[in-house]
Amino acid sequence: MVLPFLVVALNAVKSPAEYSANGPLSLPEGIHLDGLRDFWQRVDFGRKLFNSALISGSVAVLAALLSVLNAYAIGIGRVRGRPWVLAFFVLANMLPQEALVYPVYYLSKQVGLYDTRLSVIIVFTVIQSAFGTYLLSSVLGAFPKEVIEAARIDGANKWQVLWRVVVPVSRPTLGVLLVFFFIWTWNEFLLPLVMLISNDNQTVSVALGVLQGQRLMDATMTNAAALLGVLPAFCFFLIFQRTLTRGIAMGAVK
Amino acid sequence: MSTHSPGVPDSHAVQGRRREYPYALFLLPGALAFLAVIVVPFLMNTGISLTHWQGVGSPKWAGLDNYRALLDDSAFWESFRHSLAMVVAMAVLPTALGLVLAAALFDYIAKHIGTRTASVLRACFYLPQVLPIAVAGIVWSWILAPEGGALNEALDAVGLGSLRHDWLGDPDFALYSVMAVMVWVQLGFPLVVFMAGLQRADPSLHEAAELDGASWWRRFWHVTLPQIRPEISVVLLWCTIAALKVFGAVYVLTKGGPGGATNVPSYFSFQSFFEKTQVGYGSAVSTALTVIILALALVALRLQTRAEDR
Repeated sequence: MVLPFLVVALNAVKSPAEYSANGPLSLPEGIHLDGLRDFWQRVDFGRKLFNSALISGSVAVLAALLSVLNAYAIGIGRVRGRPWVLAFFVLANMLPQEALVYPVYYLSKQVGLYDTRLSVIIVFTVIQSAFGTYLLSSVLGAFPKEVIEAARIDGANKWQVLWRVVVPVSRPTLGVLLVFFFIWTWNEFLLPLVMLISNDNQTVSVALGVLQGQRLMDATMTNAAALLGVLPAFCFFLIFQRTLTRGIAMGAVK
Repeated sequence: MSTHSPGVPDSHAVQGRRREYPYALFLLPGALAFLAVIVVPFLMNTGISLTHWQGVGSPKWAGLDNYRALLDDSAFWESFRHSLAMVVAMAVLPTALGLVLAAALFDYIAKHIGTRTASVLRACFYLPQVLPIAVAGIVWSWILAPEGGALNEALDAVGLGSLRHDWLGDPDFALYSVMAVMVWVQLGFPLVVFMAGLQRADPSLHEAAELDGASWWRRFWHVTLPQIRPEISVVLLWCTIAALKVFGAVYVLTKGGPGGATNVPSYFSFQSFFEKTQVGYGSAVSTALTVIILALALVALRLQTRAEDR
């Protein structure tokens, strides 16, 4: 499972000459960072990292916020027809993006949002919050009623109960949602590919995917690209491993 | 909830808690956003599927023409058959392998070698799941490359050079190669869910079966499997839906090629939209795909509600 990553890391630090002489399986003779540096400059990788972080970070926060508002009305407010409302959110999340992509592309051109990071942020905020609403609603549905009633008797209105009682108590679930929204958005491909055409707005995923399609790189630069693409994901993974496993189990059986 | 029964004096009315807004108001921002981003585009897509349109000019009404054309389009049916191959690669095989691996990690490695080793191994299997598919695509298209690719070089190195192939470029192999990559990508998800399920299961049953002399395989089949049946059905359905939606992997690995050998409906609709500018036709493909996926999602939802009621 991790073997491909190791092979990639080995070859990312070889020089092209060394690669063609010894092939992909030999150990590198020294650390040769030109491939990494060339690739970084060629695609302006720092910029792509910034775009990905900006888009994923904004989506994570905004989608969590929207999920909390929705789930508060469904899980605690128990609004009428909530099984239907909930089913709607799940189906919205399951919808293939192909069924949205052309109208989204067309409409965003009409309103002048095409090829902006904002357009992608808006769309993914809504798509991710569909899952968040579903998960949080079932968590908040089991929220102890006495706590809410106590706060109400103390004179808090619904808005205050939400921010001072419900949100602080649901922090663990919100943490899971933030991590998942961030990583999912980071990895998204189709919509960013269609929406972000200019180099300055592209994400890491799109930049690498487009480059891959062109097949302009030599083997060492390909490996450098792969290594630079793997590293951020690897870091999230190390930092959030516990949250991730907890979240998957929660998402699957909740 | 927000109304007070008239007989009970409301001691807090003085604090300004008179007519309070209903909870439904909290749904308002979400509802508006969903209308703009999901509902309207989805309805537009369905509407466009009933027209001939190239993306510019005004669409011409076509009724069900696009759908009729779809039924006769062998390229579409081929892409659909590849979808079934993806279901095997992304749902069936990962679930089956995930079950065996989860059971092995849970009752063999964790017990005899250590829980730490088991969770490190679990993490290794899960790693491809957090990787952007574009990156996985770069890694694998280099490994599977015909010249200088790691797999062919490795075959040469161990004296199996006769097995060299253009793994992604040969129409007879491309689909299997993509399938193999997808198994690698997908395996971690069932594994993590099943291991969490096994933690919930009652260990005494397992111990009793072991005392009765049941073999590992019999215990797996008669004790482990029935206990995590809800997880199995949920994972199978979620993975099937993911398999039907697969796009990025096909885009970065093969672009549907060679000669359509790895095309799938989602990539087929993308091509119709942005390469062939047959927007009406592409919308019909994506609408058909949506109907299938939503039907499966409804089944998944029912299963999940049942799992919760347990």
